[in-house]
Amino acid sequence: MAKLHVTTTINGEPTEFLASPDQNMLDVLRDTLGLTGAKEGCGTGDCGACSITLDGRLVCSCLMLAVEAEGHSITTIEGMAQGDHLHPLQQKFLEMAALQCGICTPGVLVAAKALLEKNPDPSETEVRFWLAGNLCRCTGYDKIVRAVLETAAEMRGAA
Amino acid sequence: MTDIRYLAPQTLDEAVGAFAAAQGAARILAGGTDLLVQMRNGMAKPGTIIDIKKIAELTTIARTADGGFRVGAAVSGAVLAEHESFGTVWPGVLEAVNLIGSTQVQGRASPGGNLCHGSPAADSVPAMVAAGAVLTIQGPNGRRELPVEAFPAGPGRTKLAPGEILVSFTLPARPKGSGDAYLRMIPRTEMDIAVVGLAVNLTMANGVVTAARVGLGAVAPTVLLVEAAAKALIGSKLEDAALETAAAACRAACNPINDKRGTIEYRTKVAGVLLKRVAAIAAERAGRA
Repeated sequence: MAKLHVTTTINGEPTEFLASPDQNMLDVLRDTLGLTGAKEGCGTGDCGACSITLDGRLVCSCLMLAVEAEGHSITTIEGMAQGDHLHPLQQKFLEMAALQCGICTPGVLVAAKALLEKNPDPSETEVRFWLAGNLCRCTGYDKIVRAVLETAAEMRGAA
Repeated sequence: MTDIRYLAPQTLDEAVGAFAAAQGAARILAGGTDLLVQMRNGMAKPGTIIDIKKIAELTTIARTADGGFRVGAAVSGAVLAEHESFGTVWPGVLEAVNLIGSTQVQGRASPGGNLCHGSPAADSVPAMVAAGAVLTIQGPNGRRELPVEAFPAGPGRTKLAPGEILVSFTLPARPKGSGDAYLRMIPRTEMDIAVVGLAVNLTMANGVVTAARVGLGAVAPTVLLVEAAAKALIGSKLEDAALETAAAACRAACNPINDKRGTIEYRTKVAGVLLKRVAAIAAERAGRA
């Protein structure tokens, strides 16, 4: 199948890749670019394990064609830590054990970061609704929600 | 395997030309939250994918000359939610659009896609019907307009002719004292499909309903405009008797299926319950507007 040349930005780096017209962004991230942080859970936009941002907006990379990245800017979980310096959300998830098996964690972190950028002071209800598209079969969600709220409070204090 | 083509035209004319030329082998891509799932499970095998998000008219929210809104068919739920005034003027339409899927899905999914997918349970459609939205459609034979309630033709089917593309929704200007609302009944609070969805749009003066429209979803092969329910509300002060007459009209309009989400009896009963609840919210909003 004829592949298309795509020029985009991923985690701040200008990036080029070749993709078939029907290939989704998740497959290109994982298989072509080696960015395996985003996971495939359902492949149908229900689980959120493949969450990324497209021009700052939270989306499922399994529901986006890779060719749609042309000219846009993508961030993935790989862009969250700055070198060895973890993002406050990542640090808090470790401290509060807001994960068990870890499959959903990259998606949850990307989604939670997008929330805090839009709303630095979310209520518990807002966190739960925002993360409703990120399924976790281990934690029962409470630890995740508490870690997000705790991080938000800390980041507000530091700001 | 045949080659799939991806096109991202800059103009509607180009998109219509390519869509018509593909003779049914093409699919329109807006948010892709339905199309990519269908491609994955083999239900859709498009020869050409036509991405309409580079066409300004499809992705713009504009005020019309008379004070209404024109919403491009490919505008995402998230973009509509961030608009400075749309949600104040049409809170019911916005809450219905924003119920479609997760935050991630809201980042992509559009009211146009929700309508064109043809689901009888599509959340945004009863609200658009109650709002009196008029569709602009463009095809090989030019432009036409169609009231949104005339668009669905059955589960998964629409009145789009071959080569036609849904361009935008036009919502009318709001008289003072207007309010709309949408509620759906679902087994859980998020990420589910409506068992019943109902929208009410009211205009009130001195406590009396002067205009009303009721849209009802998930209880028939298509979303319905329930004119008998609206008629029962118009001229009333939303007294119990008027509400009960309107609720009975909604129950009478139901022609639902039995499935795991709800039985025929349950869906029919809930349609009446929702009418009363949604009318109360719409009236409260109308009182503030």
